[in-house]
Amino acid sequence: MDATKQEVTKIESDDTSSSVEIKVLLFARARELTGVPDLILKVPSGSTTQKCMDELVVKFPSLEEVRSCVVLALNEEYTTDSAIVKHRDELAIIPPISGG
Amino acid sequence: MEANGGDSSEIVRELEALKLRKSEIEHRISTLEAKLQETTAAVEPCDAVSNGYSSPSSPAIEHGLEHGLSPDQIYRYSRQLLLPSFGVEAQSSLLKSSVLVIGAGGLGSPALLYLAACGVGRLGIIDHDVVELNNMHRQIIHTEAFIGHPKVKSAAAACRSVNSTIKIDEHVEALRTSNALEILSQYDIIVDATDNPPSRYMISDCCVLLGKPLVSGAALGMEGQLTVYNHNGGPCYRCLFPTPPPTTACQRCSDSGVLGVVPGVIGCLQALETIKLASMVGEPLSERMLLFDALSARVRVVKIRGRSAQCVVCGDNSSFKKQQFKNFDYEDFTQFPLTAGPLNLLPTESRISSKEFKEILQKKERHVLLDVRPSHHYKIVSLPDSLNIPLANLEARINELTSAVKEKEDGHVNTGSFTNPSLYVVCRRGNDSQIAVQYLRESGFDSAKDIIGGLEAWATDVNPSFPTY
Repeated sequence: MDATKQEVTKIESDDTSSSVEIKVLLFARARELTGVPDLILKVPSGSTTQKCMDELVVKFPSLEEVRSCVVLALNEEYTTDSAIVKHRDELAIIPPISGG
Repeated sequence: MEANGGDSSEIVRELEALKLRKSEIEHRISTLEAKLQETTAAVEPCDAVSNGYSSPSSPAIEHGLEHGLSPDQIYRYSRQLLLPSFGVEAQSSLLKSSVLVIGAGGLGSPALLYLAACGVGRLGIIDHDVVELNNMHRQIIHTEAFIGHPKVKSAAAACRSVNSTIKIDEHVEALRTSNALEILSQYDIIVDATDNPPSRYMISDCCVLLGKPLVSGAALGMEGQLTVYNHNGGPCYRCLFPTPPPTTACQRCSDSGVLGVVPGVIGCLQALETIKLASMVGEPLSERMLLFDALSARVRVVKIRGRSAQCVVCGDNSSFKKQQFKNFDYEDFTQFPLTAGPLNLLPTESRISSKEFKEILQKKERHVLLDVRPSHHYKIVSLPDSLNIPLANLEARINELTSAVKEKEDGHVNTGSFTNPSLYVVCRRGNDSQIAVQYLRESGFDSAKDIIGGLEAWATDVNPSFPTY
């Protein structure tokens, strides 16, 4: 368990007694801007995906660049800004790529 | 030496001429072959294999073959016919279908080869580019003999050599709002194998207006994406990406690089989704997106949103009609010019040409040459005695430049000359160098000048043997 935790970057917001940890998957330009393919994000329980994005932009201000054009998927399902994340959820941040 | 140079340039010229004639002859051969097949098909319907549109009264019926496949077609496509989940019904549908592949590049290469091979009845290819040497690592449909020739001609010749029995339409032109409706309307399924945001929005909008399914693939670096849009009430590209990405987030393969197999994988999957749609087999990748990550060898499929009722193009209250489409400026919408001219940020006195820089080198004038390309570009090739500080790090590493300038000053302390050495800035094409000079002049490097046209101009105007990439 510890070993797997060490492999990924970990971001913690203010420590609250009731917080959840989610795995964030970053693709394309989002991966390039953050320099990591995935990370663990700790947010207060009851947080929305929008709140998660806010936290990520605080940690990686450059992510602001793609924020308006990303597709979000929660546990491989389409999601909206107002969806509540649960412990061990997987949030994918997918900017479009257009090369070919 | 002089004589040798003359000899080799003559050989190159003759080679070019021969290659041109070769491709003309090949084109003539394929045209005649196609013509011959059409004639024989008309005379002897038994060999009606020319495009799969064999009429119901063809001798296939005489053989008791209700599906309309000729004996040759049965043999050619037998391995697909033997597939229980595919079979003769799917093959007949495929042979009656028409597909347009937009872009004969990294994605289009494998897509076209597989679509031709599997027996799509009519295959359209549209592209305005010519084959270049730096395409060859990923655009596997093209051969060296076609370098300098239109990609459409090259791709069509390759497809015909794989399957001479299907019909192939060549569109050697750029897809524009003025011709898109007319061209796309001739096909059942559209494959987006382009490489830029304005084309992607234009193609998706056009497919919505014409009610055509769109098999959209994209690849860059080590990643690929694939989705089927506008199929069976599913979303269009704009439902998913109503706001175009900022220009900084849109990279081209020619700037960011791409590993050849990555578009190859996505192009193959585009062919696969197209075959499924054309033959009405399986479950299309609609309302889902496939994400391919080559580095970690992972493929993920995520569910994406359905059609958006608010979508400005396919939404319930959309007023986007053919006339709006024809007048829509996609380059402006995406802020992504398709014909990117060079930047012009600096006054002429802040710039020098590559030829002038050569004179500076010859006169051994004291100077510092700053190369602002990314370090992995610098490793490919660089001018001697240059200092590499990538543009992105220039502000943070400005001290290195200050000491480099100082070093050149110190070197001449004994001679009593204290004039500042000149500072020249170079990049790949002469855009980033201007941004750098602008910044440097604001930061006190008053002598900074950029080399117009960058290393590409150096290669063109000064040293033709200098590698370009």
